[in-house]
Amino acid sequence: MLDLVRRIISLCRKEFLAILKDPANRVILVVPSLVESFLFGYAATFDLINVPYALLDQSRGAASVELIARLDGTGVFQRVATLQTQRDIAGVIDSQQVLMVIQIGPRFEQQVNAGELAPVQLILDARNSNSAGSAAGYVASIIESYNTTLGGNARQPLTVEARAWYNPNLETRWNLMPGLIASLSMIQTMLLAALTVARERENGTFDQLLVTPFSPMEIMVGKVIPIVAIGLLQSTIVLLVSLYWFEVPLAGSLITLYTGLTLFTIASVGVGLAISAVCTTMQQAMLYTFMLVMPLIMLSGLATPVRNMPEFLQVITLANPLRFAVDLMQRVYLEGADLMMVGYDLIPLLIMSTVTLPFAAWLFRNRLL
Amino acid sequence: MEQTQPALVANDIYKRFPVKKTGQIVEAVAGVSMEVSAGSLTALVGPDGAGKTTLLRMFAGLIKPDDGHLQVLNVNVVTDPQTVQDRISYMPQRFGLYEDLSVQENLDLYADLHGVPQEVRGQRYRRLLEMTDLIRFTQRPAGKLSGGMKQKLGLACTLVRSPELLLLDEPTVGVDPLSRRELWEIIGQLIDEEQLTVLITTAYLDEAERCTRIHVLEEGKLLAEGPPDEIRQYAGDLCFVTAPHQGQPSRVLQAQLLDDSKNIIDAVPQSGAVRFIRRPHARQQDIDALLSGIEVIPVEARLEDGFMVLLREQHQMIPPDTLPFERPALSATTSGENRQSDEKIIEVRDLVRKFGDFIAVDHVSFWVRRGEIFGLLGPNGAGKTTTFRILCGLLPASSGFLQVAGVNLRHARAPARRRIGYVAQKFALYGDLTVRENLEFFGNAYGLFGERLHERIQVVIQQFDLAGREQSPSGQLPGGFRQRLAMAVGLLHEPEILFLDEPTSGIDPLRRRGFWRHITALSEMGTTIIITTHFMEEAEYCDRIVIQDNGRLVAMGTPQEVRGQAGGKDATLTMEEAFIRIVARERERDKSTERAPSL
Repeated sequence: MLDLVRRIISLCRKEFLAILKDPANRVILVVPSLVESFLFGYAATFDLINVPYALLDQSRGAASVELIARLDGTGVFQRVATLQTQRDIAGVIDSQQVLMVIQIGPRFEQQVNAGELAPVQLILDARNSNSAGSAAGYVASIIESYNTTLGGNARQPLTVEARAWYNPNLETRWNLMPGLIASLSMIQTMLLAALTVARERENGTFDQLLVTPFSPMEIMVGKVIPIVAIGLLQSTIVLLVSLYWFEVPLAGSLITLYTGLTLFTIASVGVGLAISAVCTTMQQAMLYTFMLVMPLIMLSGLATPVRNMPEFLQVITLANPLRFAVDLMQRVYLEGADLMMVGYDLIPLLIMSTVTLPFAAWLFRNRLL
Repeated sequence: MEQTQPALVANDIYKRFPVKKTGQIVEAVAGVSMEVSAGSLTALVGPDGAGKTTLLRMFAGLIKPDDGHLQVLNVNVVTDPQTVQDRISYMPQRFGLYEDLSVQENLDLYADLHGVPQEVRGQRYRRLLEMTDLIRFTQRPAGKLSGGMKQKLGLACTLVRSPELLLLDEPTVGVDPLSRRELWEIIGQLIDEEQLTVLITTAYLDEAERCTRIHVLEEGKLLAEGPPDEIRQYAGDLCFVTAPHQGQPSRVLQAQLLDDSKNIIDAVPQSGAVRFIRRPHARQQDIDALLSGIEVIPVEARLEDGFMVLLREQHQMIPPDTLPFERPALSATTSGENRQSDEKIIEVRDLVRKFGDFIAVDHVSFWVRRGEIFGLLGPNGAGKTTTFRILCGLLPASSGFLQVAGVNLRHARAPARRRIGYVAQKFALYGDLTVRENLEFFGNAYGLFGERLHERIQVVIQQFDLAGREQSPSGQLPGGFRQRLAMAVGLLHEPEILFLDEPTSGIDPLRRRGFWRHITALSEMGTTIIITTHFMEEAEYCDRIVIQDNGRLVAMGTPQEVRGQAGGKDATLTMEEAFIRIVARERERDKSTERAPSL
């Protein structure tokens, strides 16, 4: 037993040395995950800020001025143009000067005062359906609240009081960062794992390793431990950025978070090693990994919810470790779920590890073709 | 038009390269002056790293000399490389064949690149394909050709247009004797029929003997030049052959002679005897004492002898790469009888390995005695590396029986592998790790830890003269050191059997002597050694050999027996001649019987 531990330690040591002695590698280990976590944190957001709009106010009454004041008061909308006629609308939208145009009809003042139905027209640039949708919703809610202040005889019988749990201000970043902790490190651990065996095969060191008394299982464990350690280091970088730069508060416990993360990293190293064991050159390994990473991210629920996908794609996501990891991270990080509550995510990851890792180890000595 | 001008004139050429890591500057070529006359076949010979390739690349206008004058075909190649390149052809050591393209497509590609007009292509192709005997394989992807055929295709691609000067960089490295002979015939034909001027670099000195003029290069300087006869004369009257005592392997006598560097310049085993070169000033009584009264016959010098004399003069002492080790072990058991037993340490019966339809190893059977040096010989692609890998457990056999040290390494439990050591063909250790880190890692791999590991590392560092290099990244060691490190790793755990795959491929004669001196000493200590090589003369160091061709065993036995199989009574054939005869006969038989299963 002691012998086994010593042998695995020596394998890990070799692996660490081989990875860290390559100066190009040392940079790759830290810099990309740092840069990408900032990049995604800032760039990838659906939140509305500074929405440019144009106003076509044909009534020019007190009611319309007050409504517009409310709109401008949110700080979300920015009026960049004031139109005079209906014909101007198409121009500002087509040129993408504004995301929407608010048209208030000439009889608006009278209608409001008479307690009649007073329509406000919104013309949206739906080329970006996501932002257009949220903008429309936001304007609607402002008009809604303005309605209630009018008093009048048509008092609203029902009102909606929405409380967004786990992300009170509905910020996309909150939704994204926990998922990034898993997915950013996955890209690198998978690549590292895929390249490691391919590199050894190309250099001939793998043969030298196979003729030693190391068993394939030992070689596999000796490869998994260092790469998992590096993967966790990268996750930690993203976690720190999320906690202290973007200040997304952690609701769950670090222990739960890291338990899930470790299991996920092992599963993705398993996938990487399996790729590696099938390839004969580093080029092949790199190509296969990139081919796989994109769909893994698309089907993970990181950008778009899994339940929005067609049925058959939802079934396919069950084979995607990232799908479970993203779910797990979001629930532990934002909701504070404990280990029992995320068992649904942990068990598939466990199954994936136990399938891919022995498969990779078997492939070390045997070939598929 | 009659050409009277020399095709190439080099005058005091220098080329220096900075070494990145240390900041030092290495003089790859240091003041070379030479001439190549038009229509001649000229050879550049010299050990690895002598500057042959650098010189050739300067001649081709690919790199510029730092100093000196260089005229190629009467053009200053330094200022006008393109004009020269339009008139010469250069074939680098690793020719850029496109492995996925067919033979024909490769030819077309190079014809396009060189702008060969369509109307002359047909005739040129026919001639090249005929010469290279590739006509049957035009549709085959270049990657699926044997090493010799690839080299011939490379030559054909180089010659899609008729150059005035042909520069060939080691075209025959790693090519089997039969293909080498064919390549030289093609070159000879070209010189006769197209009045081509050829400048060739080579590590095989028997090849250089065919050239009209030879330039010997060493450490960037020209040591000597002249026709082969003149070079040969450096060893004139100094060459002798002597036979060992009955029962003593010739390599043991050879090693004894080689160790006495005061009196002996060089010694090699040859046809069961030992061929040696004495130093011109060696005293007769010293040599008599060394040979303890065995009969000595003077023989004519060969080119290699002259070359060795030149190199040894240069080095006065044996270069560090060839330092022998463990000398006491040698003199203790000169007879070598007690180290061999009849125990079969390796047994192979009816071994077959297929890759798809291709039979790489075809019903091969042999066995190896404990303590033997056993050679697996054969041309590239003959299946010897596949056989070797199956023995080491790296590849599964398709069928057949196989036992190494009593087990099949492929299925045996891991600790069984502790009994073998393995040295791969190319350097296969961790290049980024230092010498010591590599030794420690592989020591751990073989279950050596702590004090015991430390001791063994000290021993192998001594044995292979690696002291002072422990902290260097092993990938940055010079070639000789790397190979010795690979040997040190292979022997760290004192294996019973050592597997060596083509350890001498691409090494010059000087280093090869040193390498075999290590092997001889190891064998004296009782290690069984399995070695593959395509240098036929190296069979003379082995106790027994097998020769593989097309996957099948075509000969087996002691070198003496194999020579007997080849030449009947004439047992003084060189191993290379024996090999060519056996393989040619075997292939002839194949043709007549359409590959009936033999053996």
